[in-house]
Amino acid sequence: MKDAPGTRDYDWWLLAILATICALGVLEIYSATHGSSLAGMHIKQVRWLAIGFILMFALSRLDYHQILDQAYILYIVGLVALVAVLLVGHTRFGAKRWINVPGLGELLQVSELVKLIIIIVLARFFAEVRSDELDLRDLIKAALLVGVPLVLILKQPDLGTALVLMPMVAVGAFLAGLKWQHAAVFSLAGVLLVGAVFYPPVSKKILKPYQRERITSFLHPEEDAKGSGYQLLQSKIAVGSGGFWGKGFGNGTQNQLGYIPVRYSDFIMSAWAEEQGFKGVLLALGLYMALLLRLVQNAQRAKDRAGMFLVMGVAAALGFHVLVNVAMVIGAMPVTGIPLPLMSYGGSATLFVFLAIGLVMNVRLRRFVN
Amino acid sequence: MSYWFRNDNRLPQARLAVASYIIVGMIGVLLLGFWKLQVIDSDKYATLAERNRVREIPIIAPRGRMLDRDGRVLVDNRPSFSVLLLRDDMVQVEKHLAAISDGLGIPLDDLKDQISTTKALPKFQPIIIKQEASPADIAYIESHRSDIPVLEMISVSRRRYLPDGFLSHAAGYVGEVSEQQIEASNGKLRMGDFAGKFGLERQYNDILMGTDGKRRVVVNSIGKEVSPLPAQAAIPGKQIQLSIDFDLQQVAEQSLGARPGAVVALDPRNGEVLAMASHPALDPNDFAVRVSADEWKKLNEDEEKPLLNRAIQAQLAPGSVFKIVMATAMYESKAVPESFTTFCPGYGTFYGRQFKCWVFWSHKPAHGTVDIHRAVNQSCDIFFYNLGMRLGIDRISYYASKFGLGRKTGIDLPSEEPGLMPSEEWVQRAFHRRWYPGETVSVAIGQGAVTTTPLQLARLIGGIASGGVFMQPHMLKDAPDIKEDRFPLSDSTVEKITDDMYGVINEGGTGAALKLQDIEFSGKSGTAQVIGYNTRDRVGKQKKFVDNAWFVGYAPRRNPEIVVSVLVQESGKHGGEAAGPVVRDIIKAYYDKKNKKTQGQYTAESKSPEPPRTLPAAITTPRVGRADASTTTSAQATAERER
Repeated sequence: MKDAPGTRDYDWWLLAILATICALGVLEIYSATHGSSLAGMHIKQVRWLAIGFILMFALSRLDYHQILDQAYILYIVGLVALVAVLLVGHTRFGAKRWINVPGLGELLQVSELVKLIIIIVLARFFAEVRSDELDLRDLIKAALLVGVPLVLILKQPDLGTALVLMPMVAVGAFLAGLKWQHAAVFSLAGVLLVGAVFYPPVSKKILKPYQRERITSFLHPEEDAKGSGYQLLQSKIAVGSGGFWGKGFGNGTQNQLGYIPVRYSDFIMSAWAEEQGFKGVLLALGLYMALLLRLVQNAQRAKDRAGMFLVMGVAAALGFHVLVNVAMVIGAMPVTGIPLPLMSYGGSATLFVFLAIGLVMNVRLRRFVN
Repeated sequence: MSYWFRNDNRLPQARLAVASYIIVGMIGVLLLGFWKLQVIDSDKYATLAERNRVREIPIIAPRGRMLDRDGRVLVDNRPSFSVLLLRDDMVQVEKHLAAISDGLGIPLDDLKDQISTTKALPKFQPIIIKQEASPADIAYIESHRSDIPVLEMISVSRRRYLPDGFLSHAAGYVGEVSEQQIEASNGKLRMGDFAGKFGLERQYNDILMGTDGKRRVVVNSIGKEVSPLPAQAAIPGKQIQLSIDFDLQQVAEQSLGARPGAVVALDPRNGEVLAMASHPALDPNDFAVRVSADEWKKLNEDEEKPLLNRAIQAQLAPGSVFKIVMATAMYESKAVPESFTTFCPGYGTFYGRQFKCWVFWSHKPAHGTVDIHRAVNQSCDIFFYNLGMRLGIDRISYYASKFGLGRKTGIDLPSEEPGLMPSEEWVQRAFHRRWYPGETVSVAIGQGAVTTTPLQLARLIGGIASGGVFMQPHMLKDAPDIKEDRFPLSDSTVEKITDDMYGVINEGGTGAALKLQDIEFSGKSGTAQVIGYNTRDRVGKQKKFVDNAWFVGYAPRRNPEIVVSVLVQESGKHGGEAAGPVVRDIIKAYYDKKNKKTQGQYTAESKSPEPPRTLPAAITTPRVGRADASTTTSAQATAERER
């Protein structure tokens, strides 16, 4: 094995797309908060982005095989951290998701870190499956591997992050040679689960009251004038009133007057769509599509299966984030609390994305190295 | 480093390709979602966003004032504040409901009621939760602006009417619009609006009402005002000038006093109503804000019927005033020669039944031989019984109808009653029987089924004295399209009938006591039975069944300038005694004013082109009292027909 390659081999296209999306995010965070008590938030976001870039480069220097080597130790660390959060975590917005990392001065959302660990663990796990077809035993093992942290995350509770683990395992299994019949069975199970969530007699038993409320207000937004149904409605009003050309930077009334809920974070796409219109949405979603396709391309060119699984784990997580967040913004999905990667304000979430991209870079840098 | 990953470069390229298709598909579907919201449904959401952002607070347009013919203020406005509840954020409303109830002294249940009854209104439309906010209420709202953002105050103008029910029936009053009114208004009226309910307020509501404006402000998501937007100014209602003469109205109110009855003064040359009073009256200021359903029910069921505008709604037997119709019919039809005389011994037998002349009860000598002139002067019933028989009901009914009886005058006031002029055709239609000749005898002296309103009699007498030109009475001074009913009477008829009425006052007739110096005051008295004499003999002299006194007078003798019709109900006195003095007072006041004016001495505020800004503080009208229990009985219902 040679040493890590030079800067020439970085995926500069990927970085350019990344930087552009971040710029849109910072702009919109500025627009959404500049006149309010939250003014200056965009500076904080820039700081997170800077830290993210540094961490991303740092992570890319480390050979991903070395990281994957430690996958199961990381897994244990992740589980311990999740248990620690449940025991000594900080509660914000009614959920115990944050832990105080000494020296950082900020609270860290542990589940973001766990997402990253699960990507690594799944990559390791699927790489070790040495057949072209994934048999049932391996599939169940993978499910268990994800199941334990998933339950712990649900305990916080953090339905959104827990949900993100699903596409990771699904995409991994698919690429590891999931059989169509298994896929069918799991899809059916998935449909049944979603059905259960939307079916009150069952959902009463498995969902927290606030989660059920989100489901009902999604199904019947008019019955819930001020709860999350209201949030969805206000988001739709913001998006729809933006029209094709948008109301202009800093001119979105839904945004500026605070009708859009958490307009600088989970609903930032709503604020963007209001002020920049459909043309702006086309740009943003086009960038996300380019980002995701670029990730797939990196996976296609990975040196080995482990690298591919790593990159596709990242793609699954980011793709799912984009899908669920944007679908929520246009009222097509209930409120889940999943931020839009790179645009939404948030420390832990931003760091997660950059570290994940760091893994992708890592794989790319080593594609010609043996 | 372990070597678990060695020789493992078999990448599932096909499945990776599927992943990229899924990504493209996913972004495509999301874009379709945005296309639907931002391009297809964009207008809908733009409206919703605008509605979110803009709060509209009504600016209430003041109603137009009512002025008298000289520009003096009859109905004015006074400022008042109403408390609005902003309903666009119901969560905020619910949160502060208890505090609001406490702070403004509105029972919590009332407040909840008001909110639930207005549920159907659009959320952005505020509702009025308290009228007539006190200084304490205003202070409360001002001091809680930041912590209770759902309260707002608006200035409204309330109606101010002259005190003590002055002109109250004609002016009417305003009230909160009913649901029917809202429906009928084609969106012009909204819940909580005030509109004319009665009288001129209702008749000319469209002119008086004006159009409310809106103050528009941008509000943020928690209901705080952020910045103002251009407001839409209120368009005040237009003022109307009435033909009413404040001075004559004052005399009318004072002179009628506490007795139940009505006064109408008209200018027969153009139909202008110079004064109109109806007693008992209510003070409409008492319900300028809101009347409870209970109070309203009580008013409606009040035996004295204070809500009735007797001037246009009391339908009563005209009594002897009707003899003017008879005499005019006689002169004009020539069916009975002018030389016709009868002998009045105080009673007579017609169709097998005894009818009495009023002198029978009056302790005066019987009339003896009377011709038409003396019969009018002395109001001899025996003469008119005979005349009625000779003329016949058809002819009487023809002339009476031509003079406007049994038909609305068309005055610009709502709810006018038509009265009734019986005829053969009418009994056929209403009772499916033929006319009894005995009925003609009663009709001939204005009894029986004949009923008229005070306004009809003023128009009738004024029109006959003007040679058969009947102007449509109206309250608005420069009312357009005044109808003129012409039934030209021959010069000789007019000369004779006016001489007859002149004689009633100036030649020792029933109105001799009313004589005015230098004024050709003419007229006719009437004393109408509420029930027939025979029945009264049975039931005894109860106040309830006491006669109604009428007097309709005018001046000058020919081509009159003013005609006054007065009804005093159940006075127990003869028309000339009870109603006559009211007519005389008004006619005298009319001439006093006219003479002052022509002599250049009339320098009251009426001379100034600018009407006074506010009402005089107090007006010296007597408190309009209520007589003891007595009923405004419809003569038609209770008057017993004498056969």
